[in-house]
Formats: sequence, structure tokens, C-alpha cells
Amino acid sequence: MPCSKLKGICVGEENWVDSRTIYIGHKEPPPGTEAFIQQRFPDNRIVSSKYTFWNFIPKNMFEQFRRVANFYFLIIFLVQLIIDTPTSPVTSGLPLFFVITVTAIKQGYEDWLRHKADNAVNQCPVHVVQHGKVTRKQSRKLRVGDVVLVKEDETFPCDLVLLASSRDDGTCFVTTASLDGESSHKTYYAVQDTKAYNTEKEVDTIHATIECEQPQPDLYKFVGRINIYMNNEPVARPLGSENLLLRGATLKNTEYIYAVAIYTGMETKMALNYQSKSQKRSAVEKSMNAYLVVYLCILISKAVINTALKYVWQSDPNRDEPFYNQRTEAERQRHILIRAFTDFLAFMVLFNYIIPVSMYVTVEMQKFLGSYFIMWDDEMFDEELGERAVVNTSDLNEELGQVEYVFTDKTGTLTENNMEFIECCVDGHVYVPHAICNGQVMPDAAGMDMIDSSPGPEAREHEELFFRALCLCHTVQVKEEETVDGIKHGIHQGKSTSFYISSSPDEVALVEGMKRLGFTYLRLNDGQMEILNRENEVEKFDLLDVLTFDSVRRRMSVIVRASTGEVYLFCKGADSSIFPRVISGKVDQVRARVEQNAVEGLRTLCVAYRRLSPDQYQEVCQLLSRARLALQDRDKRLAEAYDLIEKDLILLGATAVEDRLQEKAADTIESLHKAGIKVWVLTGDKMETAAATCYASKLFHRNTQILELTTKRTEEQSLHDVLFDLSRTVLRQHGGMTRDTFSGLSGDCTDYGLIIDGATLTAVMRPGQEGSNSGNYKEKFLEICRNCSAVLCCRMAPLQKAQIVKLIKASEEHPITLAIGDGANDVSMILEAHVGIGVMGKEGRQAVRNSDYAIPKFKHLKKMLLVHGHYYYIRISELVQYFFYKNVCFIFPQFLYQFFCGFSQQPLYDTAYLTLYNISFTSLPILLYSLMEQHINMDILKKDPCLYRDIAKNSLLRWPSFIYWTVLGVYDAIVMFFGAYFLFDNTTFTSNGQMFGNWTFGTLVFTVLVFTVTFKLALDTHYWTWINHFVIWGSLIFFVVFSLLWGGIIWPFLNYQRMYYVFMQMLSSGPAWFSIILLITASLLPDVLKKVIWRALWPTTTERIQVGTNAGRNGELLYKIKKIFFLIVLWVFWNNCCN
Amino acid sequence: HILSHYNHKHKYISLEFNVKNQLKFTNRPDNTAFTQQRLPAWQPILSAGIVIPGFVLIGLAFIGVGVALFVTSRSIQVLERDYTGDESGTPCASCANSNVQNSFGFCFPQSQGPVFFYYGLSNYFQNYRRYGTSKDDNQLYGVLKYFTSPSDNCAPYAYNSNNQPIVPCGSIANSMFNDTFKLYQTVNGTRQEVSLDGKGIAWWTDYNIKYRNPTNNPLKDAFNGTVKPIYWSKPAYELDTSDPSNNGFVNQDFLVWMRRAALPDFRKLYRRISQDKYPDGLPAGNYSLEITYNYRVYRFSGKKKVVFSNVSWMGGKNEFLGIAYLVVGSMCVFMSIVMLIVYAKFKFPDEE
Repeated sequence: MPCSKLKGICVGEENWVDSRTIYIGHKEPPPGTEAFIQQRFPDNRIVSSKYTFWNFIPKNMFEQFRRVANFYFLIIFLVQLIIDTPTSPVTSGLPLFFVITVTAIKQGYEDWLRHKADNAVNQCPVHVVQHGKVTRKQSRKLRVGDVVLVKEDETFPCDLVLLASSRDDGTCFVTTASLDGESSHKTYYAVQDTKAYNTEKEVDTIHATIECEQPQPDLYKFVGRINIYMNNEPVARPLGSENLLLRGATLKNTEYIYAVAIYTGMETKMALNYQSKSQKRSAVEKSMNAYLVVYLCILISKAVINTALKYVWQSDPNRDEPFYNQRTEAERQRHILIRAFTDFLAFMVLFNYIIPVSMYVTVEMQKFLGSYFIMWDDEMFDEELGERAVVNTSDLNEELGQVEYVFTDKTGTLTENNMEFIECCVDGHVYVPHAICNGQVMPDAAGMDMIDSSPGPEAREHEELFFRALCLCHTVQVKEEETVDGIKHGIHQGKSTSFYISSSPDEVALVEGMKRLGFTYLRLNDGQMEILNRENEVEKFDLLDVLTFDSVRRRMSVIVRASTGEVYLFCKGADSSIFPRVISGKVDQVRARVEQNAVEGLRTLCVAYRRLSPDQYQEVCQLLSRARLALQDRDKRLAEAYDLIEKDLILLGATAVEDRLQEKAADTIESLHKAGIKVWVLTGDKMETAAATCYASKLFHRNTQILELTTKRTEEQSLHDVLFDLSRTVLRQHGGMTRDTFSGLSGDCTDYGLIIDGATLTAVMRPGQEGSNSGNYKEKFLEICRNCSAVLCCRMAPLQKAQIVKLIKASEEHPITLAIGDGANDVSMILEAHVGIGVMGKEGRQAVRNSDYAIPKFKHLKKMLLVHGHYYYIRISELVQYFFYKNVCFIFPQFLYQFFCGFSQQPLYDTAYLTLYNISFTSLPILLYSLMEQHINMDILKKDPCLYRDIAKNSLLRWPSFIYWTVLGVYDAIVMFFGAYFLFDNTTFTSNGQMFGNWTFGTLVFTVLVFTVTFKLALDTHYWTWINHFVIWGSLIFFVVFSLLWGGIIWPFLNYQRMYYVFMQMLSSGPAWFSIILLITASLLPDVLKKVIWRALWPTTTERIQVGTNAGRNGELLYKIKKIFFLIVLWVFWNNCCN
Repeated sequence: HILSHYNHKHKYISLEFNVKNQLKFTNRPDNTAFTQQRLPAWQPILSAGIVIPGFVLIGLAFIGVGVALFVTSRSIQVLERDYTGDESGTPCASCANSNVQNSFGFCFPQSQGPVFFYYGLSNYFQNYRRYGTSKDDNQLYGVLKYFTSPSDNCAPYAYNSNNQPIVPCGSIANSMFNDTFKLYQTVNGTRQEVSLDGKGIAWWTDYNIKYRNPTNNPLKDAFNGTVKPIYWSKPAYELDTSDPSNNGFVNQDFLVWMRRAALPDFRKLYRRISQDKYPDGLPAGNYSLEITYNYRVYRFSGKKKVVFSNVSWMGGKNEFLGIAYLVVGSMCVFMSIVMLIVYAKFKFPDEE
């Protein structure tokens, strides 16, 4: 059927417009079919770089200054350049320049690497068939419609439709390892009518056009149609994703192929998938930005207050312009509003240090460097895999300490995904293969135990059919003598070593299990599947069709023709998808066995068959080809066709495959529970299997009361009633008891576990038909979930997983969620959750690649959260709070000084001090603190997961603690400033009677400041390694040495020498020393006092533990000395009070 | 045949084993104390058992220091006299209105050690930002280039109305304090002049390094083509006619003035009384002070005063420091009592 006609028919299909027509080999179609319109497509150039040589500087600058902080500092810098401000532009320009340059160099280097990679890709040669000859072209010159020759182990240069291959059956093998990480070989098919054209000459004679959809990023979706003009008789054939070779994939085990370019350059599916993941931001970062806004407000209000006060104060002309300080004529002429505005800006500049540029740099360095500790962690290294933890983004380190919900995949994450065939059951008779001895399997029937009595002849036939079904109904490939990463199982057969390879480990386990039971699948040869039966005879079956597996149908089928000529449909799938389609067979026995196995945590599959008469087979063929030919909604039509074909089945039996729990999975889940984290298991598996795994992994305990929200229940009652029932049950329990955080762990109160399946979830989530009612469902569901300690969601589609995560994320408490999984089906939830963790499993590396962090095994999650997450949160929260605190201490005295210098923007500190305070005097101690701090030992954190609750809900960055830090900063600033003020008040400091000036005043305040903030950090440090000692004392020494040097020399390049000898003169005076000691002590006292009293009155679990271990560590002697001393003090006080 | 196959397989397996082992070896993280975050560390905790005795110790030490400072400060004699002269009842009630020479008498108690003679100004903002920058450090370092073209910072005191450069330029120099004092002791009705020592009242580094005169000899030559500051009565090279080394930019009074005060109420050292008969302080008795009243402060409602004070090892009289030490010390002690009470009531978890 010519497509123009089809086009006419399918007018209603709106997407039809979005298609492209490709003329293979750029040949015009025969006249009369369609007008030849050469469409324009981009060339095959890949551009992943962001900048070119010319636009690097402007574009990079633009992007950097789009960040609010950088922009703010740029504005401050410009203001300093333009108007007469109290501090020189260097003070803000230098740090800004430093930050910008470092970032630009880093980004420039990365882009240069990308350019290099792009060039290498774009210039690599490809073979193109032109006029019957193969010519070489640069990859970037490839055009849509070119016929390309690809040889074995070459990578496809663009998205291609397979025309012919060196193999006679027109198939080729491909690994997509570099695309989605799946290293298994996948089979792709050539179009039936072109597969014979497998030399360059023949290929050149193909006269055909391809119509297909416009490029879209889904790797696994492709619909199109090829119209082949043979003798001017166009033949239309469907094209699907099994015909499409993707750019980036590699040709394997096939000598060469011919294919035609469909999508090129930036339109290839790989390029369309380049798009970066959306940036995740941590809760700490959000608090930080909130604090920043507060400080910006403080800054502006400070400037406004000072400007206003300045003009009030200056209203007296004697103050405005005393005789000793007159203005120039130009200044007098200036309009008062301009003067006021300039003053406002000058105040802004003077106080701008309250928002330090270095905070961003420090936070970023902390995150970047800190993430190395995760990668370096030897305990998170897995011997077996030879893998260590991977950090894909360091932005979320601290979020690991804030997790409230963990969503975990089951297969491959909780379990090992190492399938082992356990048993099968045919018509109720159970077969168990013997354990493997020395890698050898008994080839005969002695290798199996019959649990039931020997079956009759009819059963015998069923049994053989069952084994054949399992040998035929799969997509396993046989690999001979080759190593392939991924699933690999050696079978020792005859003289060659071969492996079964499949993307599904279940299938490999089943085929291997069959081998142990006597039926060996040998190979797929020429469309014939060969199996070796118990009598060592080779049986051959024609493979007529494969109805591939999908997670919606949850089953797959093959249609084969036996050598006797009979056509069978073998179907294998989840019990829930098989049983409804079965018309005969011993359903009850099998069902009982399946359920029993499921309870034991085994993965079960049911097998059924259907004998097809020639007429039926014809019908099936028609159904399938019609569906496959459709250009629109092909998936839907295929599903409908499958639904029609896979019916009237006869049940054969069931299989059971075990997937063992991962090492320490139960321990990890228990720890997470104790840490107050709710663990949800989201799986595609069936309810019973999943529930069994949950029991095994201690997600559910024996005394957990299970609430079911499944299709089974909702069939009996309406969803509405079930939901309300459950919520009543849950609330009754929780209403009665006090909501103590710890009581939830004690045994006496029941905790609840919820099981929900995919279908019910869809019903719960469905947008409301009856208005408010549906929102209600969601609310009710969330309410139930909130009160359950564990939730199991089974029968989940990948998107539903993400939906659940989104639902919880959006609930009113906005909890922090973590998703962990290993397969491609977990990617959506990994991307959706606040923190996504990939497990380096067997199902490819797609999850790892899309995750924020990747760990080798599930058990490593425990250390990741309880230790690393906890530490990072403690560290970064102190970092943030401390940064704001030290800048309040820094700037507030300067603000106070304005009241004593006629609001003239006189800086209190020297320029060098202003510039270096945040860069060098106080930066390293906090950076090192935020890398090294361990308030509690690592082992205790692991042993006692309850400690995790202490930092839950961003507790260290709440407003009260922020206000405490700010108030402390203001208090310290007041002590420092007024301490110095009263000391300087009309007195001399020295024994030679000389007086000090304003710079000495500022230096005194600054010295006290540097020591106070450093000591404050020292008081907060619980873990003093030599590095901490070095950095804390080192930076104080550096400050002193710098000050001595800065004041010790007449610096030739400066036009002022105001600091000359100021620091030395100050140190030569006794009262200065006394006042420095006094002011430091007075500044630190309240904080120490607060800590001790809080520790006594409201100790956190952390502090209890700290004290406990401390007492233990210090040993008896020290402890006794302390106690005796303490008693003496007590006695002295007692006497004093009595007297 | 079978054997060869076996060998093949064996080889393959061992190869794989090697590769895997190597992979593990390369990918394994370094097992050092640093990378595993297990560096040996001292882990102190601010527990009550340490803090309460600590507070008591600190408190007692501070109280001790505070008492010492307070007693020392008390022993210092200070005599302050306001001579602004715009209010009646002050020692120099009519100074501001009368002619330039004024004098008033006062009694001074016995003092120990040399006595320092200060002048003080209040409500005078030497810490104005514009005022503070209004000088040219290069000029004051004796670089002749800047004599003819002073820094822009000095405006409006850089050039006079005839566009001649002012040396020393700027507000600070221009507004230099120019009252002079003579002190007399009245012994048996006769006035004896007390000799005042004007050496070493400025910082040694200011006098010797930071400020320098040009090397011209005589110094006057360097100032050719420049004019004296507007408010000055004498040019810089004639500030002290009695001592040629006390002229120009290294004049001690000039240096004292150039070191800006931090706060609007300040005092500056004028002279020391440590020569002749008074190396160990002024004897008790009656004194009179003769003031040459030049500096006008009532225009901005300022005050002027003179201060006589001796100093101790910890400087001049300053009761604040001693009191502050006492307060902080007793706060420490008080807080440790509070903590003890808290302890008694709530029992610290570590002391059970």
C-alpha cells in the first residue's frame, strides 16, 4: 500500500505531521507515488562543548555573574570604583577576581576537553556506500539518507536503520554499554525485504523511502515504515526499535552491516539524551540562602539607619562642616539627594563584608574535598566487585544526614539479583534439581527428586511439554567461549564452553535449571531453536514469533513449530497475568504451590501453552503484522494484539527461583528504622514474594500488623471504605499513646506495615472525578503511610515509583527522600528523590550513572547515611552558622564605630585586615573543621543509629539556632567594641605617656576579634587531630606574624603607612594585653555557659553519648582526680556560703 | 583434545583472575588513617566537671588581677582642668573672650614618678573619614616631588587661593592644635617656671622613620614655592625656634597631632615634667598655668582641657579595666555557683 494513500486514511492521527521522509541513497522515488521533496537535516556534527574560543570570556562571565552572590560582589566592586568609598576597590575586587578566575579556568579546561572529544568523534572516518562503492568520509559529513557500512566492533556514527547484515538471517548483535550501560548483546533485525542485499553493489540498488517520526529522546521507542519499490510495486514494512541502531552502540559478533542514516548529529537519540539532569539543591543550601536574605536585609537596614542618622546628626552646621574639616567647592555644590545616595552606597560598601564572598568558595571547597572521604572509604569498598563508592555530585553530601524516607528497590538492591533455580512444579508435582557438584551437573533424571508419586502417562507428556516450554520460551543467547561483562554462567557442554546471556537473570536461571533437569538449550540456528533432551537427542523447533516481555503485561510468549508440524504458543509470566488467561490445567494445585513459594520469598513464574491450529496461526500472524505495521500507537495496538493471542491457555506449571538477600540487608534496614528513617520498598515483584523479602529483611517484624491496600481488598470493598477503615485503625492506636520518639521502638506497641499494589495506587492517585473526594484519598493515604513504620509497594511500574516519591516529597512536612536502586527501572525515582543512590548491580549501570552517589552494595547505605551523612550535616551546619557569626562579629563593631565618628564611614580596621579576615585569618580553621570534625566516634554512630534523630529535620539550621548564633555575634561585637571604647576613653595606655590613635583602636578590636572567633571554633571542635591544631594555632600565629610584618616595614607600593608600627606599639603596652585577655574571655563566657547548662538540662542523645564515652576514655585516675577536685570546690563554696 | 580444552579454560580463568585482582588492587582506596578519617585525635568535651573548676580558677585569677589593676589605678594622681572659657565657674572663665595670655592656678597633690601634661579636646572628630585621609604621606616622608603637587586627598587644603601648594597639606595638618602652655610653681609666693620636656612625646617610629624632612640644608629651602597651611601662624620649618631638629615634619607636637585620635573625646600628650627638680613627679603645692589661647573650639561646641597625670606600669588612670576584671571574675565565680546548683538539682549525666 503506498503511503500517500495510508496518509490519506490516517488523517485523524495528529502526530503524522511530525514525520520525516528519508530517501535511501538519496534516490528519488518512482514517479506517481509522491513528490520528491528533499528535506533539510542537520549534518552529523556533535557539539557537546558550551563555548567557542571567541565567546568564552563574555559567555562565561555572563554565566558566572548570573549567580546572585557573584553579581552582588560585582556591584559592590563597581560602586567602590565609581564613588569615593571608605575602602579601596581592592578589598572586594581581589577576592572576586580570584573566585571568578578559578571558576573560569576550571570551566574553560572542561570545555577544552569537550572540544577535543567532539573533534575526535566528528573527524573519525566512516564508510559510506556511494554509487556501488565504499568510500570513506569524515563522520561529521554524514547526511541523512546515506547508506553506511559498519564493521564489527565499530561504533555506529549516527542513528541507523538496519538494511542488511553479514548474517544470513539479517540480524546483528549490538551492545549498548556506552548508552545505558547494559553490556548484554541485543539482537537487531534487518527489514525482511532488504536483508538479502548484503554487498555494496546490491545495497546500492535498493530503492526505498523511509518514513519515520521526528527525533525524540526515548531510547527504546521508534516507529517508522519503509516503502520498498520493487518493480514499481511499493511494499510497506514496519520499522520498530528492533530495527534502529543507536549512535554510541557498538556492533558485536557480526562481520559487517549496511544501514541507512535516519537521525544525524544533534538529532540522534544519544545527543537528545545529553541534557543535563536538573540541579538538586540541598536543604542546607536553602537555609543558607534564607540566612543570606536576612543578612542582606540587615545590611541594607544598617546602611539606611546610618545614612538617616548621618543627616539628622549633620543638621547642625558645626557638625556638618567644622572649621577643621571643610569640603571642597565641588562637594558643596552636589545635591543633597545625590550626597545621601552616595553615602548610602558608601555604607553598603563599608558593611558589605557581612556577606562574605569566601563563604561560597569555602562551602564549595568543603563539599568537593569532603566528598573524597566517601570515595576513600575502605569500608564501602566491595572486594567482590572491586568497586568503591562513587560520588557523582558533591552538592548533596549533607543531605545524606537529613534523610527521612528511603525508597528502595527490591531486586538487585535488597537482594543479590543472583538467581538460582530452586524448583518447578508441573501439575502439582514438584521437581527439585540436585545441587551442583563440582560444577558438574548430573545429566540424567537421577538429578531430580520427585516429591510426589510418579506421574501417569498424561502427566508425563505435560512434564516434557513444560520442560520444553521453559527451554524455548525465553530470549537467552548462547555465547561460546567469550567473556562478556554482565551475566555469565558457564555451561560445560561437549567440547566447548558456552554461556547463557540474557538481560534478565531469571531467564538464565530457568534455562540453567532446565539443563539440570535434563533439557539443555543449545542454540538458535537459522530460526530454529535446538534443544538436547534427556535421551541426548537434538530436537529442533522453528521459532515463528516472539511476543516480547514488558512490565505491563508481565509475561512473554514464543510461537514455535515442532518438527511434527504442530504449532505451539508457550507463555511464561507472573501468576497474576497467567491465571486469568488459563482455561484448563491443574490451576488449584499450581496456585497453592505458587503461593507457598511466594511466601518463602521465591520468585515464581507460571508457564502455560496453547496449541494453535493452522487457521489460528494464520489469524495470529495477521494480528501481529497488522499491529506491527501501524505507525501510530503501535505499542497500544501490539498490546491489544498480544492480549488477543495470549488467551485460552492451558496451565503447565510454575517455577521458583530464589533471589538471595544481600549481605547485611536486614541489619541495614533495622538500623535505618532505628535512625527514624522510614523505609519503603518499591518493587515490580508480586505481593507475596515482596512481602516475604520484607520479612526476611526485617522491614516487617513478626508483630508488625500488616495493612493491605490491594486490588484484592478493593474488589470487596470500595476504595473509599478501605482507606477510611485503615486510617481509623491506625489513628486509634496512635491517638492513645504519647508520641515519644523512642517509644516507637519498644515492643509493646504494635507498629504497622502497609502493603499497596500498583493498581490501587493508581486509583488513589487518580485525579478526582468527584471534586474534593480524590484529594481526600491522597490525604488519607498519606496519613496512613505516616503512621506506618514500613510500607511495601508491589507491582510498581517505573513511573509509579517516581510518582510515589513525588507524592511523599510534596506532602506537607516536605520530608527529605532518598531513592536507592540498581536498574534502569529505578532511574526515574532516583532522579525524582532528593538524593538518588545507585547500587552497582547486575542490571547495567544506568542507575549508577543517573544517581548522585553510587555504592557497591545495599549495606553500604548504612555507613553512607549514619556516618558520612551525619558528619557532613554537622560539619556544614557549623560551617554556615559560623561563617555568619564571624562576619557579624567582624562588621558590627564597624557599625557601632559610625556612631562615634560622625557617621563618616570611617573604617575601623585597616584595608589589609578587611581583605584578609575572611580569606586567610579565619578561613582555614573552619574549612578544616568542616572536613575533619567528628563530634562522636564513627563506630558509635554506626552502633547507635538513634543518634541520627538528633539532626533530623535540619535541626541545627533552624531559626532559633540561627538567631542564637547571630545574637552571640552581636554580643561579642558589643563586648569587643565597647571594651576597647572604655579602655581608650581618655587614658594613656603606655608607661611613657604616649597616646594611641584610631588605628590602634581598630587593631585592638581586630586582634580580639580574630582570637575570639578562632577560640570559639576551638571550643566547638571535638576532634583535635594534628591538622586541627596546626591550622587553628597556625592561623593565629599567621595573624600575629602578618601584623608584625605589615606594620614593621614601610611598604613602598602603598601611598599610606597608617599601620606602621601600630601592632608593635599595641603589644608593648600592658593594658592592651590585659584588655585583649579580658575581652576574649568575656566574649566566650556566655557561649561556654550556655553549652554547659544546656548539656545539663536538655542533653541531646549525642551529648549523652559524648559524655559517656569521654568518661570511659579518660580512665579511672583522671576521673578520680577530677572528682576530688570537684568535691574540694564544692566544700569551699559550702563554707563560703555558711559564713 | 579434552586436555587442551582444559588447559585453555584454565588459562582463561587464571587470566581473568589476574585482571580482576589487578582491578581490585587499583580501585581499592588507600587505607591510611587520614583517608579513613581515623587520625588519632584528642577529644575534649565541655563537661561540667571541667568547666566548673575552670570557671572558678579563671574567676579567682581575674578577681586577683582586677584587684591589682584597681589598686594601681587608684594610686594614680590625675588633675583635669577645663579651660574652654565659655562658662562661668570654670578655672578659665573668661579665657575665650579675653586677650591671648591667660592663666589660672591650681593645687597639685604629691605624685610619684614623672608627671605627664596632656591637652584634651572633646566633641572634636579627628576620626572623620575625609579628615583622616586628608594628608599626603609621601609629602610627609620628605619626598620633594609631592611638595609642589600634593595629593588630591588634601583638597580643599592642597592649594591656597593663589594656587600655591600648601606644605604640609590637608585638613589634619591645617587644624593643628596651637595653644601653648607655661607651668609655674608657686613657692613661698614666687613663681618658678617648671621646665617642660617636649622630647619623646611622639612615637619613636614616627619621629625617626615614618616622617622625614627633606635633606635640604637649611630646611627652609625645601619649602620654596610652597605656602604654610592656612591656619598656621608659622611655616613648618619654624615650628620650634629653640631646637632646629624639632622642625618641619618631625616636630614632636606636629607628630602628636598627626596621630589621629580614635574617639571624639581625646587627649594628647603635650609635655613631660621630668627634668630639673621634678624627675620623680611634682611635689604637692600650688601651681599656675599660663595659656596662650589660640585654638577656637566653641564654634563646634567643643571643650578644651589640660590634664596632669602620672602613670604606672599599666599606663594612666583607668578604673574600667580593673572593674571589668572584677566583674568578669565574679561573674565566672557566680556562674560556677549557678552551674553547681543546676548540678545539684539535675545531676549531670557524667558525674553519677
